Amino acid sequence: MRSALGACAALLFTAASYPLHAAPPPAGNPSRGAEVYESHCGACHSLDANRIGPMHRGVFGRKAGVVPGFGYTRALRTSGIVWTADALDRWLRGPAQMVPGTAMGLVLSPPQDRADVIAYLRQQK
Amino acid sequence: MMTGTRRGIITGGAKTLSAAGLFALMGAGGSALAAANPSQDVALLNAALALEHEGIAAYQLGAESKLLQPAVLSVAVTFQGHHKQHRDDLVAAVKRLGGAPVPAKSLDDYAKELNAATLKSQADVLKLALKLERGATNAYLGIIPSLGASDLHTLAARTACDEAFHAAILANALGEAIAQKAPLFG
Repeated sequence: MRSALGACAALLFTAASYPLHAAPPPAGNPSRGAEVYESHCGACHSLDANRIGPMHRGVFGRKAGVVPGFGYTRALRTSGIVWTADALDRWLRGPAQMVPGTAMGLVLSPPQDRADVIAYLRQQK
Repeated sequence: MMTGTRRGIITGGAKTLSAAGLFALMGAGGSALAAANPSQDVALLNAALALEHEGIAAYQLGAESKLLQPAVLSVAVTFQGHHKQHRDDLVAAVKRLGGAPVPAKSLDDYAKELNAATLKSQADVLKLALKLERGATNAYLGIIPSLGASDLHTLAARTACDEAFHAAILANALGEAIAQKAPLFG
């Protein structure tokens, strides 16, 4: 009985120490990311053309809202965001929550999908 | 007589939401919308509208390419008609929220953005259409969590189903194998 209680306490302690939002993202697979990018991002984005959304080549490490010729919302243009892996993960998890007023609404829920797309975008220099 | 302060509040808000939109939201039919963030929803709906404009243009480029067989052309024109209905639904929703619907670009602009000069065969046209339809399906499903108003969730889901239907027909026309793993979208 005591050991069972101890195990429960240890489990609770572990859970409290590693909240879900702080879980490290999975490693990204850029090859799979290319497929997810085409199927989920490709409706609005291309690597080399501004369409519904801005072109994505070179996005990794770039400041948000600066691609020439694309009409950004004021919200994103003034966000001050730099597209690091962490920022991209937060963006794909909930763009309208991260930058209220943005026109980007697609939520990519599976963490692995986000990690794979980010790994793919990181390669598109 | 409106005071300067009140006028400032209303004209400031009109950048994203007109007085007519506010009135509509307060009306009896706007209960679902009133609970949402209308200016955020307008921004998202306009992005979807831009997607529909592009889809309509893509089918127009395909239709004018002279690469499509008559039966395929007929299907393409039918699908384009669906996208025009989606466009009209989105325009109505944006206006209902007091926003300004985003206009379409020129066909030449879409041709450049979609790299239409590389389309050399019927299969090329169908592959482009399939890519856009699959992407649109996922885009509509993907924006549902971001949309505030519940009736817009239904609009997005309903439109996603139409896009998925188009994608299924196009994939079949291209002889693609049926995906073995579900879910196929989202």
